[in-house]
Amino acid sequence: MYDVIIVGCGITGAAAAFALSRYKLSVLVLEKENDIAIGATRANSAIIHAGYDPEPGTLMARLNVRGCEMAAELCAQLDVPYKNCGSLVLAFDDNDVKSIRALYERGVQNGVKRLELIDSRRLRELEPCVSDKAVAALYAPTSGIVNPWEYALAMAEVAALNGVKFLLSHPVTYITGQLGGFTVTSCGEQFNARYVVNAAGVDSAAVHEMVAEKAFTIKPSRGDYFLLDKSEGSRAKHTLFQCPGPAGKGVLVSPTVHGNLLAGPNAVSCLDAHRVNTTAEGLAFVKTHALKSVPGINFRDTIRSFAGMRANSDRNDFIIGFPVPGFLDLAGIKSPGLTCAPATGEYAAGLLEQHGLELVKKDSPVTARRKIRFKELSIPEKQRLISENPLYGRVICRCETITEGEIVEACHSPIPPVSVDGIKRRAGTGMGRCQGGFCGPRVLEILCRERGISPLEALKDGEGSVILFNETKAGGRA
Amino acid sequence: MNWELIVIGAGPAGLAAALAAYDKGLRKIAIIERDRYAGGILNQCIHNGFGLHRFKEELTGPEYALKFIDRLRDTTIELICDTMVLHITPDRQVHTVSAEKGYQVYSASSIFLAMGCRERPRGAISIPGDRPAGVFTAGTAQRYINLEGYMCAKRVVILGSGDIGLIMARRLTLEGAKVLCCVEIMPHSSGLARNIAQCLKDFDIPLYLNHTVTDVTAANGRVSSVTVSRVDANRAPIPGTEMVFDCDTLLLSVGLIPENELSREAGIEIDPRTNGPFVYENMETSMKGVFAGGNVVHVHDLVDYVSEESAKAGEGAARFVSSAENADEAYIRMLNGDNVSYTVPQRIRPGRLEGSVKLFFRVRSKLGASVIKVSDASGQELASFKRLSMSPGEMENIFLPKEVFQKARGDISVSASEA
Ligand SMILES: Cc1cc2nc3c(=O)[nH]c(=O)nc-3n(C[C@H](O)[C@H](O)[C@H](O)COP(=O)(O)OP(=O)(O)OC[C@H]3O[C@@H](n4cnc5c(N)ncnc54)[C@H](O)[C@@H]3O)c2cc1C
Ligand SMILES: Cc1cc2nc3c(=O)[nH]c(=O)nc-3n(C[C@H](O)[C@H](O)[C@H](O)COP(=O)(O)OP(=O)(O)OC[C@H]3O[C@@H](n4cnc5c(N)ncnc54)[C@H](O)[C@@H]3O)c2cc1C
Repeated sequence: MYDVIIVGCGITGAAAAFALSRYKLSVLVLEKENDIAIGATRANSAIIHAGYDPEPGTLMARLNVRGCEMAAELCAQLDVPYKNCGSLVLAFDDNDVKSIRALYERGVQNGVKRLELIDSRRLRELEPCVSDKAVAALYAPTSGIVNPWEYALAMAEVAALNGVKFLLSHPVTYITGQLGGFTVTSCGEQFNARYVVNAAGVDSAAVHEMVAEKAFTIKPSRGDYFLLDKSEGSRAKHTLFQCPGPAGKGVLVSPTVHGNLLAGPNAVSCLDAHRVNTTAEGLAFVKTHALKSVPGINFRDTIRSFAGMRANSDRNDFIIGFPVPGFLDLAGIKSPGLTCAPATGEYAAGLLEQHGLELVKKDSPVTARRKIRFKELSIPEKQRLISENPLYGRVICRCETITEGEIVEACHSPIPPVSVDGIKRRAGTGMGRCQGGFCGPRVLEILCRERGISPLEALKDGEGSVILFNETKAGGRA
Repeated sequence: MNWELIVIGAGPAGLAAALAAYDKGLRKIAIIERDRYAGGILNQCIHNGFGLHRFKEELTGPEYALKFIDRLRDTTIELICDTMVLHITPDRQVHTVSAEKGYQVYSASSIFLAMGCRERPRGAISIPGDRPAGVFTAGTAQRYINLEGYMCAKRVVILGSGDIGLIMARRLTLEGAKVLCCVEIMPHSSGLARNIAQCLKDFDIPLYLNHTVTDVTAANGRVSSVTVSRVDANRAPIPGTEMVFDCDTLLLSVGLIPENELSREAGIEIDPRTNGPFVYENMETSMKGVFAGGNVVHVHDLVDYVSEESAKAGEGAARFVSSAENADEAYIRMLNGDNVSYTVPQRIRPGRLEGSVKLFFRVRSKLGASVIKVSDASGQELASFKRLSMSPGEMENIFLPKEVFQKARGDISVSASEA
């Protein structure tokens, strides 16, 4: 019998696991995919929002401001790439100026600190490449950018080190029982728990309905993005938003923590929440709107386009609560769910305590994580590292300078990757301008060696994503 | 220890430059290669067709490379493999890292850049659709099949008619895969005519010119279909012309980009037309004592020219080291005229010329019988050449005698037009 089972491991599930892992509890996380953080958490704008968007009084507003306040310190503690770059909402006409004034008021009510309305001169000082048609802006210096999947991975890894159990490729198909005794079925196995937490993203309504009456509907909304080469990375120093409209926060242009430039997303309602494809129209829309903010962007330097699926719902707030005693929904976690995550995790732990789960602190839980990033070390540090472990002297990913040592470390991390992209998410291989064309076969070889599998079993990413079919007439090398 | 010449990359360019510098008297030469072996991209090119110009025989890639590698043994040239160059500096320090020797900084009197090029990925052309397994650049597929011994495809659509894609169409077919078609957005192929004939026509693989891929769908994590549409004169897909191919693989052969991270970071001037360094008549870059050749300067279709151009650079480096030939001199810029997309070399110092200059260039579109005109800023025609046909897929070259540069008033432009 587990104390808590968490269904789904995007950043919301990971943050809940992280928060609970500090206490003397037995916790199980069941994730349907073969890796964590590959739903909405891996494909989004990666912005730590300041908190002026959500309507005052909503849970979203509270968790957003709190999550933003927590980000810098938590990311430092977990060794997650984060940058407090600040954001600007651009106004292009009088209507927009009204909008940014309203956002300012809202932000102040939500408790966002250091918000400022700035004129076009100040705007240009802050952001030289911005369109000369922008007449004013709302400046939020507390906003930032993060590596979203690494944020989730870091919380999950620390939770794992604290004894939380993670089972991947375990879709939950059935839940029975009530407070004190739930039975959760996955892959034909049954797991028992006193409490169940639903953190299933776009599937959170389906999981909710396994135990409770239908109460809300998820309205999936897709957004397309361009990721541009580092050569374009200096076009924006801050995250540049346009004024929000009915479809969301609009197309943004932002630096990323890796030094690239990100442009997107659009917003398209989708029937199939699981087909996260880009479309030519979506990409064209993003391009046009991004150029409105920063006319100089050279889209020829795109290195990747991708799409993400928002778990929007028919409510204008997150759906957090107990539809039946002992079953906690963390559902409809739309944007700014990434920003909110650590606050959502804390809040969830608090709610469970209010509902009878006893939280007794562990004596010395793990709270931090350190990673070796070869590229960022000084020359003497590099020398020392290689003399201790020569694998750090072999560069595998040439674009991002990632060494075999880092890949092997990723292979043996607390939640080990099972695919080439799993290694990418942990070690950063294939993130650069050649997108794994060069290092892909080399990473595959290391993955197979470390996991003791044949190259024919190696996956690119999710279940079924095989890379190689059979040996050639001459025969395989491995 | 101070090296007279450090060569970065042991592909055909690096090998030829090192050997030429040795022949001109340099003795302290190191070639630094990140791979386990010398040979560069040739090691995975197991088809024949290499060396027709230089050796008058049809060699495979590895055989061609071996002709050079074998010669190293009789020299004092040191080949340092499994070692990655991370940075170079204007005072010619070369920062390297390897498992064996750790982080090492070498200094050199001259440097030769021979890092080759890389393939453009899917993102560079923003093909919409799903992002499953089964989308490979042609060179990556070539590596899996020829070096690792694994097949990565059963039913294949190839986007782009670059040479590597064409070669792979044949290779995949011979390994039992079904290549459904090769799709090219331009009205002409970007590959060599002989590859179109030997790799597509001989195997009845259709080539769709003026077409592109407009969607990719996935089933169970792998490519399940690829949609191909015709494009209009502005290269925009025409609705209603879609053809859907059920397949498990999309192979991309959509261009190569010279690999100049090291050069850029060091502050070497890069020509936006080629994405390679601007080079002078002796293949010296804008940074004194730093030379470059092969695919790092401009993408070649024939390795023979890579070797030839790099040997010239190796000689230049030797002269630079032994005679301190490093005074600043005035140069003439070589500019694009009509229908020409780039020239290499881009800068000629008439004072440094001994014989003639072999000028490489590509045309922008397919031309029938045509004239190549070389003229100066005043409009004076300096030279002209005739061709029966020209195509962007085939690099052209012309010889310009020394006198052309003595006669020239101002910069020189090269243009091509149908006669
Ligand atoms: C386009 C876009 C842009 C965004 N931009 C931002 C931003 O800039 N800043 C910000 O703060 N937020 C942003 N967000 C929101 C943020 O990304 C999400 O709120 C957050 O990632 C949600 O995390 P999650 O864990 O709730 O959901 P997910 O990451 O989707 O995780 C849900 C998990 O549950 C698993 N699951 C589902 N069903 C089951 C089952 N039956 N059994 C087991 N497991 C199951 C799924 O496989 C998945 O791993 C954006 C979202 C999108 C889509
Ligand atoms: C698939 C394919 C098919 C071809 N077919 C033909 C053909 O049929 N006939 C023909 O004549 N030509 C053909 N060519 C063209 C010819 O092979 C190439 O033009 C030639 O190999 C380029 O030589 P290079 O030395 O410039 O580059 P490469 O061969 O790419 O060598 C570059 C070397 O530099 C190394 N390197 C790069 N960066 C670093 C670093 N930082 N530190 C250390 N080492 C580094 C690389 O590992 C590599 O070994 C083909 C090319 C390709 C790619």
